[in-house]
Amino acid sequence: MPTLAKTGNEAMAEAMRQINPDVVAAYPITPATEVVMIFSQFVADGLVDTEYVAAESEHSAMSACVGAASAGCRVMTGTSSQGLQLMSEILPIVSALRQPIVLCEVNRALSGPINIHCDHSDTMAVRDFGWIQIFSENAQEAYDSVLQAVLIAEDEKVRLPAMVTTDGFIISHCMEKIETMEDDAAKKYIGEHKVKNSILNLEKPITLGSLDLQDYYFEHKMPVVEAMKQAKDVIVKVGKEFGQKFGREYGLLEEYKLADAEFAVVALGSTCGTTKAVVDELRNNGLKAGLLKVRVFRPFPGEEIAQALSKVKAAVILDRSDTYCNQGGQLYTEIRSAMYEAAKKPLLANYIYGLGGREISLEGIRQIYKQLQECQSSGQVIHFGVRE
Amino acid sequence: MKKNMGWKELWHGDSVPAGTAKEFQTGDWRSERPVFCAENCIHCYFCWIYCPDSAITLDENKKVSGIDYRYCKGCGICDVECPTKKDKRAITMEAERK
Ligand code: SF4
Ligand code: SF4
Repeated sequence: MPTLAKTGNEAMAEAMRQINPDVVAAYPITPATEVVMIFSQFVADGLVDTEYVAAESEHSAMSACVGAASAGCRVMTGTSSQGLQLMSEILPIVSALRQPIVLCEVNRALSGPINIHCDHSDTMAVRDFGWIQIFSENAQEAYDSVLQAVLIAEDEKVRLPAMVTTDGFIISHCMEKIETMEDDAAKKYIGEHKVKNSILNLEKPITLGSLDLQDYYFEHKMPVVEAMKQAKDVIVKVGKEFGQKFGREYGLLEEYKLADAEFAVVALGSTCGTTKAVVDELRNNGLKAGLLKVRVFRPFPGEEIAQALSKVKAAVILDRSDTYCNQGGQLYTEIRSAMYEAAKKPLLANYIYGLGGREISLEGIRQIYKQLQECQSSGQVIHFGVRE
Repeated sequence: MKKNMGWKELWHGDSVPAGTAKEFQTGDWRSERPVFCAENCIHCYFCWIYCPDSAITLDENKKVSGIDYRYCKGCGICDVECPTKKDKRAITMEAERK
């Protein structure tokens, strides 16, 4: 297997090149990511067979993706921040039509104020649109997850769109060593695109997305509910098989030194890497620290998280976005809800950190573990690392 | 189409067999109606291909034969697209007055 030095953006674009989608439609809104830019060079150089549609906005880009997917194509795109918000009108249409579009998303703050750096506000803002959401800790995971996302999204039981995210700049622009597949192996792994229905099939003409009022709208939402339930098992199955084939196994969650941990951090994305380093350090000093990495945010692995946290004394949930609901960030509120039925609950605290790319350092995580040990009651929401 | 289906009976991905618009007669939306004049028609099919409601009718020889007012919404596209000359119009729009 080739070992390459790649940024997160290059890693995702490389996965796209190997997937060789039929259609990619995109638009480079500010802040644009390089993913599609790099991919467009592959198109120009004839390295892929993709029909590349340079649309006039992200709204149009996602609309073109829906059209192409409805015609039976394997479709991918990429975006970030404002671009994802501009797509957001179309995103629930993609899931309702059950089109397995795969989107490479780079997590970045939303305006305003204007910012181009990492936080999770953009991805969290579209969490309830019936898309699978997978977070990456590093470029390797981003590459692996983009490939897996095609299999997950196109699975007969799922047929939902999926976004794979990296953290803006921290992963997207930093160069790391990654292991990729040979092109042939990637092609074989991805397999042929299975078409469920096509608006271009004259033998079986269909209407897609017709007006659906009180009489049927609700019924048409239920298959998405069911598919999201099914998606959990499919993600686990695909992640396991990936491990058997390529040596890197994936699941909904990753537990890092959590089995006997007393104090746990729960986080998404690149911060998990920083936390692992601190966990090692604290373990050397005799503190039973652990990490629970949430890889998949949609479908939400609530039961699995409750189970994984059942033995810790106290856990801090790190959110790189806020809901402004006065009850904490998205990850925290959902985990807290998932713990309601749990027989054994740890003390839970919420730290909202890193908005607009504010750095979270090893020292920051150390402080969080320190404060966690002093935690006496559940329910605190702390905005961490902000000046007063 | 069967009425009041449960969600498990639905077709995949919010799709339905094509042609369901046939069940909805949308002709009463008109404020203007296209009037067809057979002797001026050169059977170019422009109106037929452009009509968004498939309301242009063809006869048994597949020649343009008129307008199906059950569905025609009176948008006037056929009139705009019809290439016939001013004094020999095959389609003209007239106010829909009772
Ligand atoms: S007026 Fe519009 S709807 Fe009616 S026949 Fe002409 S094109 Fe069709
Ligand atoms: S566009 Fe005019 S001339 Fe052409 S077929 Fe229609 S009515 Fe006849």
